[in-house]
Amino acid sequence: MTPNGILQIGIYFLLILAVTKPVGTYMARVFSGERTFLHPLLRPLERLCYVLSGIKEDVEQRWTQYAGSLIAFSFFSFLLAYLFQRLQGILPLNPMAFGTAAAPASATAMTPDLAFNTAVSFVTNTNWQSYVGETTMSYLVQMAALTVQNFVSAAAGIAIAIALIRGLARQQANAIGNFWVDLTRAVVYLLLPLSLVGALFLCSQGVIQNMGSYTKVTTLEGKTQVIAQGPVASQEAIKMVGTNGGGFFNANSSHPFENPTPLTNLVQMLMIFVIPAGLTYTLGKMVGDTRQGWAIFAAMSIMFLIGVFVVYGAEQSGNPNLAKLGIESNASATQSGGNMEGKEVRFGIAATSLFATITTAASCGAVNGMHDSFTPLGGLVPLFNMEVGEVIFGGTGAGLYGMLLFAILAVFIAGLMVGRTPEYLGKKIEGKEVKMAMIALIATSAVILLFTGSSAVIHFAKGSYWNGAYGPATGNLNNSGPHGFAEILYAYSSGAANNGSAFAGLSANTPWYNLTIGLAMLIGRFLIIIPMLAVAGSLAAKKRVPVTSGTFPTHGPLFVGLLVGTVVIVGALTFFPALSLSPIVEHFLMAQGRLF
Amino acid sequence: MPKVAVPANGPTDLSDLLPKRLAHARPLFDPDIIGRAIRGSLLKLNPVALLKNPVIFVVEVGAVVTSLFLVRDLATGAAGIGFTLQISLWLWFTVLFANFAEAMAEARGKAQADALRKTKTDSVAQRVLSGGKVEQVSASQLRAGDIILCDAGELISGDGEVVEGIASVDESVITGESAPVIRESGGDRSAVTGGTRVLSDRLKIKITSNPGETFLDRMIALVEGAERQKTPNEIALNILIAGLTLIFLLAVVTLQPFAQFSVTAAGSGAVPSVAVLVSLLVCLIPTTIGGLLSAIGIAGMDRVMQHNVLAMSGKAVEASGDVNTLLLDKTGTITIGNRQAVEFIPVNGVTPAELADAAQLSSLADETPEGRSVVVLAKEKYGLRGREVASHEAHFIPFSAYTRMSGVDIDGRHLRKGASDSISQFVREQGGTVPPDLIEAAERISRQGGTPLAVADGRKAMGVINLKDVVKGGMHERLAQLRAMGIRTVMITGDNPLTAAAIAAEAGVDDFLAQASPADKLNYIKKEQAEGRLVAMTGDGTNDAPALAQADVGLAMNTGTMAAKEAGNMVDLDSNPTKLIEVVAIGKQLLITRGALTTFSIANDIAKYFAIIPAMFMATYPALANLNIMGLHNAQSAVLSAVIFNALIIIALVPLALRGVKYRPVSAGALLRRNLLIYGIGGIIVPFPGIWVIDQIVHVLGLA
Repeated sequence: MTPNGILQIGIYFLLILAVTKPVGTYMARVFSGERTFLHPLLRPLERLCYVLSGIKEDVEQRWTQYAGSLIAFSFFSFLLAYLFQRLQGILPLNPMAFGTAAAPASATAMTPDLAFNTAVSFVTNTNWQSYVGETTMSYLVQMAALTVQNFVSAAAGIAIAIALIRGLARQQANAIGNFWVDLTRAVVYLLLPLSLVGALFLCSQGVIQNMGSYTKVTTLEGKTQVIAQGPVASQEAIKMVGTNGGGFFNANSSHPFENPTPLTNLVQMLMIFVIPAGLTYTLGKMVGDTRQGWAIFAAMSIMFLIGVFVVYGAEQSGNPNLAKLGIESNASATQSGGNMEGKEVRFGIAATSLFATITTAASCGAVNGMHDSFTPLGGLVPLFNMEVGEVIFGGTGAGLYGMLLFAILAVFIAGLMVGRTPEYLGKKIEGKEVKMAMIALIATSAVILLFTGSSAVIHFAKGSYWNGAYGPATGNLNNSGPHGFAEILYAYSSGAANNGSAFAGLSANTPWYNLTIGLAMLIGRFLIIIPMLAVAGSLAAKKRVPVTSGTFPTHGPLFVGLLVGTVVIVGALTFFPALSLSPIVEHFLMAQGRLF
Repeated sequence: MPKVAVPANGPTDLSDLLPKRLAHARPLFDPDIIGRAIRGSLLKLNPVALLKNPVIFVVEVGAVVTSLFLVRDLATGAAGIGFTLQISLWLWFTVLFANFAEAMAEARGKAQADALRKTKTDSVAQRVLSGGKVEQVSASQLRAGDIILCDAGELISGDGEVVEGIASVDESVITGESAPVIRESGGDRSAVTGGTRVLSDRLKIKITSNPGETFLDRMIALVEGAERQKTPNEIALNILIAGLTLIFLLAVVTLQPFAQFSVTAAGSGAVPSVAVLVSLLVCLIPTTIGGLLSAIGIAGMDRVMQHNVLAMSGKAVEASGDVNTLLLDKTGTITIGNRQAVEFIPVNGVTPAELADAAQLSSLADETPEGRSVVVLAKEKYGLRGREVASHEAHFIPFSAYTRMSGVDIDGRHLRKGASDSISQFVREQGGTVPPDLIEAAERISRQGGTPLAVADGRKAMGVINLKDVVKGGMHERLAQLRAMGIRTVMITGDNPLTAAAIAAEAGVDDFLAQASPADKLNYIKKEQAEGRLVAMTGDGTNDAPALAQADVGLAMNTGTMAAKEAGNMVDLDSNPTKLIEVVAIGKQLLITRGALTTFSIANDIAKYFAIIPAMFMATYPALANLNIMGLHNAQSAVLSAVIFNALIIIALVPLALRGVKYRPVSAGALLRRNLLIYGIGGIIVPFPGIWVIDQIVHVLGLA
């Protein structure tokens, strides 16, 4: 690790710390229906939405209605996204004629399973990409189907988190807010302004935004190269702010058109965490005790910083086998040292390690380097981050409600040790809450483990419908041994956690992977959201127990430590066997000189 | 006989203030109970019975599966039979140990129930017919509403209310207290319990319960666990551990394909055998808490019982741990119950010793506790011994409601003591004057919550005795502890607000309810509950019944009326209202024990991973030996040691589960820090040396 690298990480963290309170306060005002400085400008737009769609702003919903609205909304979003993709050939804004006979030879066919996978992926805020954007999707699909979902799926996540906060903040209430209002407010007051400013900034730094057809250039070597174009900046901003992560191009944020400079890289990383970090403060603000929010923030920060430094340390020390061959691995004024494979020179090791940790801690999934090329320990952290459910800041809204799930388990298990029925923020944690938290926990663990297990052994004949020319499901792997296993594990972890980043190395565009990863994404999204909304409804109906010295304090270091311990032990114990057969053993083998 | 009680926490602990008689206490390892428990744990192997405990059920299924593989291996003569045999045996032991914990707790209850049942002989009752005639019927024929007669020496045939007569009754059957108690018609001492014996006189009793529903029947059912229902917290905890079991089941089941992939990729080693996979599963699922959970609950009820409190449900015991507000009756709970002389304040130039002498003389014939306390104070402070007054010409004047004073005429002196206005009048009648400092002293005492008792010798006013409600020793510290636990204490008293405030301040309660009527109590409870608090109270009278029913924890006194006992959810057989504080501590201890063992159980998993995972895959990936940080001898010995540790830890923790984790009355933060350190961090660390030691033994014995 170099002082420069540590400084970069430190500055990033301080910036996040600085924006948490103002953004959190702003969100608390927006979702409590109070006026903000943007109201004069945006309130008419908000009202217009309600008028057009016939929403009664003041009518609140019970948790079941709230969940019903969310499911209905997601289902129609899915249908729309699916149809856009399947029909792109006959729709406008398609300069490269994808989906028609005139498409370039390199284009990928939009099969039903791919369209299913992609639609699910964007509706669930996952943005797992089985497709290559520049060779598959028309501009209309990118903008109207995918970018729109980037907005609303992120807004839906925020709405759920706000509903859960209301459950904690209210007492003896049966309503937890109105899904349509929360969704609209999240888009209008939060995501739109942030994306607009973000997109303009990215454009100013060189991110492209056009509708032109691809440019053909002759390179210095005299060869022709096709350079893809498109409305990138507008999608790029919401991709980060909404923790979506689905790149316009296959290379995602390592592509110079998406992420051209170290400055855009820093801003993109800030955009990922700004809402998730701010929501911790919103929690504290709305329950009337900001210390509670900071405690959650602290627990997330601890896990985040440990993760960053493990990745950075592993990447900076690089592969010992290369050093043995006499290759310079130490950082110096003229070179970065360490493991530069799969990393962009303009970002370097520290900024790439930081980006990888952020994108998997949050459920973003954008990448500015190839995680597949990381050292085993460098790859372990992103896997771990996703497998504990992306609660380290996490996705917009998803991170907070995921972390509150662990907070509920933590106070339930250890809170008993103060000799009272466990409480969190004055709400008794009883059978119903525990049951819902366990359903969510079991659902995500189950999809990751079962699908990974199936793909590790399932056999298909070569040329079968399910897995095409690859044959067995392991035929899609680029690498063998533990690293190959990590590629499968990563794919399902990423899907179930709604992350969307890929380890790469797994050719996932086959019906088997498209369908199973699609299912993983659906289960990973809705089997957490519905139980958490049930928790919100149940908590809202309860009385608030007054705080006394007999109350387990959930704002101090003790709780922070307990929460971290619960996430690590309860969240990760399940995956320890799987991880020890992938990055952990790979790490030991690397030390013995075996590489994969 | 060793004492089994809530561990004492030093001299300020309330259990030291309680009577030391523990009627139902038994040693933890009574041979008879152990025998029953061993039989019980075998009977509990029945899988249908085990279904209600999913964790242990999974272990049993695992044991069956490994045993089947053992049989197959025996038939085919496969290698490694010794290992599979040992794993199977230890899995069966794990189930048995878990069963043993529950059976042990149940056996303790059964032993008590048997003792109670012995007293339940079918007696003959004299039923009074409507015409006034008396017929002899069997007790089992009595129905609620029947009137019976009970003469001295007879057993009372059923629960009832005395409608006529007064008698002393031996209730030692249910209370363990050999001193008889008085039962009389009307008032708050009218309830009698079936199975108790009338010692003197004759009672006419109205039966209030049908056969099979009597107090004694309920008591037997409760201690036997027949009516045991899972409490809300127990249900929630069961969901948690069942969920964890399912998650680990998934982790282990999917490990098989993971291993298959890895073995193919590495080209060496083998997929772990079923015995090894089952071992990993059993080690990971929370068997410790799964095995001990119901034992903890039963033991909690048992502990309440050892304090001579009968809880009507486990839920009530659990709720007592959650209590935020304690309503404590002043008399008998906070104060000793009688006013006592604490000070002599002379006036009129009288010396303190002269006043003490006069006060003592005037009180020699006063048999009230107040009068006796005057004699005692004079003796302790001024060395004045009670004198033989028979030799003198002494004429005692008893207290009368009309004169409101008492005293003695002795050797020509007219000594009187009484309310200050009565004494003032007496002095004036005798031709004396009342000095202003007498009135002043009397008023000062009143303001401080005491009762002034003026003393006069004929026409001379001598001074004032300060009679005070004396707060029980240790009560102040105890209330401070309750405050540290986050529990508000509210003193209930019939006194006027001034007196109440003074005593409240001295005792250190957080609030008081003066001149409290039963309706005031009820409203206070409702108000507290509306603010989200749980309230506990004690009561004995019929007019307490609504409040007892409303309170989350209502501790009725056994001496109280049947209505009060029906309304409350606990009955204190000793009728000691201070016991409420003990009950709260037991409720907390119950929850703490559950939390501690759950945390410990989950924390244990880390070490087990480090034992089993490298062992499973050492042949496939020898590099994983790096994870064998305990340096266990070989793969089989590592797996076996982890399984043995997992089984033995259940047995090792049975005493803790039955006795409960030590509870200290400190703030939640301090308590959590301490318990997290012991059971959380301790739970992570302990298995490492534990498994290592077992591995050494396994190696030395050549078992694997």
